[in-house]
Amino acid sequence: MSNNFQNNEYAQRDTIMQLFTSTVGRKVLMAITGQFMVLFVIVHMLGNSSIFIPGGINAYAEHLHALPPLVWAFRLVMVCVASIHILFGIQLSLENRAANAETYAVKNLKKATLASTSMLYTGLLLLAFIIYHLLHFTIRATPDIKIGVDALGRIDVFGMVTNSFSYGIITFIYIAAMVVLFLHLSHGIQSFFQTMGWNNEKTLPVFSKIGMVAAVVLLLGYASIPFVIVTGILKG
Amino acid sequence: MILDGKCPTGPIEKTWDKHRFDMKLVNPSNKRKYKILVVGTGLAGGAAAASLGELGYNVEAFCYQDSPRRAHSIAAQGGINAAKNYPNDGDSIYRLFYDTIKGGDFRAREADVWRLAQVSNNIIDQCVAQGVPFARDYAGYLDNRSFGGAQVSRTFYARGQTGQQLLLGAYSALARQIKAGTVKMFPRTEMLDLIVVDGEAKGITVRDMVTGEIRSHVGDAVVLCTGGYVNVFYLSTNAMGCSVTAAWKAHRKGAFFANPCYTQIHPTCIPQHGDKQSKLTLMSESLRNDGRCWAPKKKGEKRGPNEIPEEERDYYLERKYPSFGNLAPRDIASRAAKEQCDDDRGVGPGGRGVYLDFADSIKRLGEDTIRERYGNLFEMYEKITDENGYKVPMRIYPAPHYSMGGLWVDYNCESNVPGLFVLGEANFSVHGANRLGASALMQGLADGYFVIPYTIANYLAKTAPGKVKADNPECKKSVDDVNNNMKKLISINGKKTVSEFHRELGKIMWENVGMARSDQSCKEALKKIPVLREEFWKNVKVSGSGAQFNQDLENAGRVADFLEFAELLTRDALYRNESCGGHFRVEHQMPDGEAKRDDENFCHAAAWEFKGANAEPELHIEPLKFENVHLAIRSYK
Amino acid sequence: MSHDKTMNLTLHVWRQKGPKDPGKFEVYDAKDVSPDQSFLEMLDEVNEDLIKAGKDPIAFDHDCREGICGMCSQVINGMAHGGQDRTTVCQLHMRMFKDGDTIYIEPWRARAFPVIKDLVVDRIALDTIIQAGGYTSAHTGGIADGNAILVPKPEAEYAMDAAECIGCGACVAGCPNGSAMLFTSAKVSQLAVLPQGQAEAARRVKEMTETLQECGFGNCTNHYECQAACPKGINVKFIAKLNREYLKSLF
Repeated sequence: MSNNFQNNEYAQRDTIMQLFTSTVGRKVLMAITGQFMVLFVIVHMLGNSSIFIPGGINAYAEHLHALPPLVWAFRLVMVCVASIHILFGIQLSLENRAANAETYAVKNLKKATLASTSMLYTGLLLLAFIIYHLLHFTIRATPDIKIGVDALGRIDVFGMVTNSFSYGIITFIYIAAMVVLFLHLSHGIQSFFQTMGWNNEKTLPVFSKIGMVAAVVLLLGYASIPFVIVTGILKG
Repeated sequence: MILDGKCPTGPIEKTWDKHRFDMKLVNPSNKRKYKILVVGTGLAGGAAAASLGELGYNVEAFCYQDSPRRAHSIAAQGGINAAKNYPNDGDSIYRLFYDTIKGGDFRAREADVWRLAQVSNNIIDQCVAQGVPFARDYAGYLDNRSFGGAQVSRTFYARGQTGQQLLLGAYSALARQIKAGTVKMFPRTEMLDLIVVDGEAKGITVRDMVTGEIRSHVGDAVVLCTGGYVNVFYLSTNAMGCSVTAAWKAHRKGAFFANPCYTQIHPTCIPQHGDKQSKLTLMSESLRNDGRCWAPKKKGEKRGPNEIPEEERDYYLERKYPSFGNLAPRDIASRAAKEQCDDDRGVGPGGRGVYLDFADSIKRLGEDTIRERYGNLFEMYEKITDENGYKVPMRIYPAPHYSMGGLWVDYNCESNVPGLFVLGEANFSVHGANRLGASALMQGLADGYFVIPYTIANYLAKTAPGKVKADNPECKKSVDDVNNNMKKLISINGKKTVSEFHRELGKIMWENVGMARSDQSCKEALKKIPVLREEFWKNVKVSGSGAQFNQDLENAGRVADFLEFAELLTRDALYRNESCGGHFRVEHQMPDGEAKRDDENFCHAAAWEFKGANAEPELHIEPLKFENVHLAIRSYK
Repeated sequence: MSHDKTMNLTLHVWRQKGPKDPGKFEVYDAKDVSPDQSFLEMLDEVNEDLIKAGKDPIAFDHDCREGICGMCSQVINGMAHGGQDRTTVCQLHMRMFKDGDTIYIEPWRARAFPVIKDLVVDRIALDTIIQAGGYTSAHTGGIADGNAILVPKPEAEYAMDAAECIGCGACVAGCPNGSAMLFTSAKVSQLAVLPQGQAEAARRVKEMTETLQECGFGNCTNHYECQAACPKGINVKFIAKLNREYLKSLF
């Protein structure tokens, strides 16, 4: 009487390896890294909103960069998190495409959304945007960057931002990117709860709504800055 | 010839235990040397293959579906009986035994039925352990419901999908053995011949339904669990692929076919909508727990059901059978419905239907309770008829559903061909002339889990393993025969399709050998069937070739066998000059229309021996002895 | 009730000789279709005409024709089983269609389900997943009384909700990723919630999900299309339950 459960190798197999290779494990990694980045964009948005307080964003930037080792440690963590998310995202998407290579002549999706079916594309667009954004405001290597010092001798982030967003094309890129972020998160946030196994019939619609509301708040919160600058509501 | 059922003697309650001890065993280390071929993976076949594999035998299992999870056992809705007496309402093994014998109209073997009742309790335990989600009460105990033909609540159920859940339980046990390597599974494979070597069943010839390959498999014993044959009526509640083919091929190779005229017509099916219908759909008999059957009192009633006032309705089952009421056994309920329709008081298209009304129960218990109990059935009814059963009474009509007859087997479930075992609906053993609700699941699992593991050892212990090899000339002959038969079917290239023949056969059978039979109608059918069969072999059109996936060819083979089998069924119905259970001869009825048995002349199983497709079969008789129950007139009044 | 009006339909049916052959759509007319007919009965009629005309009839899987065996498998107008809520193809009735409709009929499409012929696909991979652990290792015989372990009604109901899966593969056919996660999760959840299945829960979920991967199914990305396609309405909460069981099994 053999029983395949009795002598299987799983008991010894490494938990971490399973996370990186199994279908659910990788999904969990996607969810956790994704959620980590959601927390980051929330904090980032709150930081950005200091732009509406006179002198606020310059003070915020100065405090943020007061401890370079911490900043670099955080950047390293973010690079790791983002890398895991991106690499597994691409890997899983390619696998899924291969698993469903032949498509239907007529396709009639009932539950899947534009957001859920375009996660790979919105993700890659966001990656491109992040690279641009880093070159733009972090490394400050783009030609539009005008950097100065404010009255208190701090780097004038406010001036830099308002100057850049006075260019219509840059404002457009940022707002468009935030729409892409909205799409990505409208599926991603609620998906986190499902993947972590917290859903049941009652919580699923609630988490779906929470995900949607959070995505909308982030869209409005981020897009409002270039919007108010380009429309002249907030003047440099 | 007088057949011997090989029943153990002595007090009935000791028979199975005594027999288990008397039987020979196969040494654990020798078991893997024996190969057992299990054909069919329903409740009986799935349970048998899993249990035999677990014991260590080398098992090969075959099914025509694409997975062993799809056998038609899956469609059983209502439940499974067991003598647990959990509700403390007076049930016992003896009572289940008695009810089953009586329900079968005293045409089953006592010892077999006793064993069934005895192991019924083990089945429930087994299924619970497999993770079958039986209905439970709030305290967590197993729940029971009532079923036709019993005055105790002994039916265990899993919503309206009990058969599905039990089959998936057996399927999961089978899956475990497939993984463990003790069972090799062959899906999409149809058995087309039995290989008999030196008088013993030693193999089967199958067709791979994907590639069309015909090949033989040899083993030390063959276990047929291939279900029933009521698709001979064309329209029935069976799945489209259900056929008599495996059993018929075994019959052609010498296995006796017993009581083929015992067919069950189920009372609560959805009436036919038109000529293009391919099958009939059954709704669980459990509906009769809360539904009341009625027909209008007025002949040719034109009003809708809700416009007919209470006093103009005839609750005929309650009127005729006050103590069992709507829970009268199936054969009685079916005939009563037919009576109403024959009396021009039927409802719906063609006047072929009666009402099953839930209005009173909904008033008493609320729509939600009814929905909880039967929601899926109401849903199914609405999908098919476009009517809402909560608002308008359902329309029901009887339909062929189950075959009590089958290959003759002794107490060990072994046919007269040594090494050929037959389990579940495919054999004739325990249901007599009528099966009670929730007993088919019980029998399938009893045979598969708790009977065959013991009785097959008794046979195998007496035979050396691997006696017949694949190169045996009988194998080649069998493969050639099957190949030639396929070629012949395709080469006819006539004008009529297989379905047209099947439909015609069904019409002949339903009209003449259906719910009511007579000397004249049987003779009529016996005239028509050979003519139709002859036409089939001259004028059937089968498309494609044998060497490919070819559903038309599969059907053609099955219908060809039905065309031979139908004659045997009819012959048996003509021979059995009495009414009993599901076999109703209009010449033999009580003044009130009840079935009238003739115990003096027909208290036996009639087992037929094949003598050629166009020759008369030879009759063998197994007398039935009743030592523990009194032969009585079956009364449900 | 019966409707007198019949209808005429145009069918675009996927025809494919074998797994390696290229397939294509063929156009057929379905004439005088009664609204009371089932979808498969309509196809039966088309096939009768094809056979009589000496042509190869359309191959499609079907058996019980009452929505429980899980054999029938067709994507109709882009929706697995035709898109009617909680309905298999065999229970889909022609009253859902209108006279003059054009209907596209395709097989389940997924890498793990190679086409055998026309609309018939090979779903053996679903069996393979169950064989990986979709059972309790209960031996035949020697089992304690059915009431020895109590199962509270809510747990029994939850298990039954999951156990209703008929294994048809519509979840895979509907999934944009060709994933069998709903199928797998239904069995994992049924056995994880019942005390009888809990002893093996951790190994079961790992073995079954790993096998799912090996069989060539895609990964679940929470589209929830599977639930919409499922003829038994199996809820995606069971996928969440599977994820939970998986995470539990890691630690």
